[in-house]
Amino acid sequence: MAELDLGTPILEAPVAEGAKDQHMVLNMGPQHPSTHGVLRLVLEIDGEIVVRLYPEIGYLHTGIEKTCEAKFYQQVVPMTDRVDYLGPMANNLCYCLAVEKLLELEIPDKAQWVRVLLTELTRLNSHLIWLGTHAMDIGALTVFLYTFREREEILRIFEMVAGQRMMTSYFRIGGLSMEPPLGMYDRIRTFLSTFNEKIDEYSNLLTGNPIFVNRLKNIGHLSKEDAIALAVTGPVARASGIDFDLRRDMPYSSYEKFQFKVPVSDGCDVWARYVVRLEEMRESVKIINQALDGMPEGHFKADAPKIVLPDREVMKTQMEALIHHFKIITEGFAVPAGEVYQQIESGHGSMGYYVVSDGTAKPYRVHMRYPGLASLQALETMCKGRLLADVVAVIGSIDIVLGEIDR
Amino acid sequence: MADGKPTLLGKAAVIESLPEHPAVKALGDLITDAKFDRGELTLTVAKDSIIEALKAVKAAGYNAFQDMTAVDWYPSTPRFQLSYHIQSHSLKELLRLRVVLDEEDAVIESITHVWEGANYYEREVFDLFGIRFEGHPNLRRILMPDEWTGHPLRKDYPVEGYR
Repeated sequence: MAELDLGTPILEAPVAEGAKDQHMVLNMGPQHPSTHGVLRLVLEIDGEIVVRLYPEIGYLHTGIEKTCEAKFYQQVVPMTDRVDYLGPMANNLCYCLAVEKLLELEIPDKAQWVRVLLTELTRLNSHLIWLGTHAMDIGALTVFLYTFREREEILRIFEMVAGQRMMTSYFRIGGLSMEPPLGMYDRIRTFLSTFNEKIDEYSNLLTGNPIFVNRLKNIGHLSKEDAIALAVTGPVARASGIDFDLRRDMPYSSYEKFQFKVPVSDGCDVWARYVVRLEEMRESVKIINQALDGMPEGHFKADAPKIVLPDREVMKTQMEALIHHFKIITEGFAVPAGEVYQQIESGHGSMGYYVVSDGTAKPYRVHMRYPGLASLQALETMCKGRLLADVVAVIGSIDIVLGEIDR
Repeated sequence: MADGKPTLLGKAAVIESLPEHPAVKALGDLITDAKFDRGELTLTVAKDSIIEALKAVKAAGYNAFQDMTAVDWYPSTPRFQLSYHIQSHSLKELLRLRVVLDEEDAVIESITHVWEGANYYEREVFDLFGIRFEGHPNLRRILMPDEWTGHPLRKDYPVEGYR
């Protein structure tokens, strides 16, 4: 075999005339592991500096909003699970609250409290995935294994409650789909009794770690003014000094009865977002504990036979209940004409459902506002003029879920 | 009656019952129609005055753009309704501004120079409804492929595609 002539090593790359100021266009994704799904970024770089960044989305677009228009109101609930697939209960809650507002339906206290309890567990679930994958993007692989250990227990609780680990559909229009199972409260209590120590454990692995700190501090700067202008909400906005949390400021589903703090930071960088989210997890634990301690007695769904499905035993023994059941399943229920906008604080920020009714049994229009789209708009502001390697850290910090962006 | 608040229909009823409401005060004569239903205030403004109206409510404390979308009322006219949802962090309130558009003239001025964050939302409405936004910095399809024909969220676009 003839020896390959490798030539003399090039010490300085030859630069063509006039090419010195030219930028390179780099395509990142849609299969890049740090883009959390199918986000494609078109980057214009000058050496290692990002000059322009352009997110190209739509790879997961399934037309959920259009499909909703062809379904009965109650059939939309399982579709909402699949939008932000890491926070199923939050999706269910937002949609159900919107339709209940249209119907002007009163929900029993117990159902509201169970909703709060499970939505906060969902927030923990969402934040745990964020922490694991964010740290993994930075290169700290271990944390991923730790957070998924806890997430597994949350998913088991969801399975116990709803029979499903991820696509729960447990909240229904008018309340819950069934009575919370025996032993659920004890299981959540057991899980929570050690959870604060687990947060300390993650914090021990990351907060003092100089590599992690250096990759996060002073990266992805987003000023308060930019955050408001770009419609950014949730933990990203709170890390930019916007003291606004829908749970506290515009309470829904009995949140006004809970005491908790809203962590805010003026850091405006990736590190601040990390700190805010860790603190939020601790606050969620407090809310869940309050919900467990003060859980009211009562029924788990509203007394509205024409909207809420009857209990199984009643349906099998009473003629009237059977008729209602049959009618709801085959014809749905008519919702008075009108339009409502319901927003809740999901794990990623302010989630909003805009439901328009024309008085029939199918929604005329369902629009879903998810925080991810606005955070993605802010990506260019956060990455411009900074190193290419920081883009990965910034994407991790806005906790992106493409399912909710593309819908 | 949400939260014991009565439903108010029409401009006169809303102005009479809520004269001190910051958005009603800020908009004044720009309001062409109004509604207070299920605890939510909807103010309709004319298509040409949308920028003026948004600047007025922004000055009145509605500081954050929350959401923007369209509704297709096909086959009735005017066909399109645009709903702008503006959040106020200080008043802890959400306001809906509504604009109606005719099918033949489905063009409105872009609000991206009032709130930069409306960029992707306007692109989405353009993509799925075919409403054009004048002065938008980058009005291209966002969710559907670039070469797609038709606007899927229009009511005359079938749910399962053209047959």
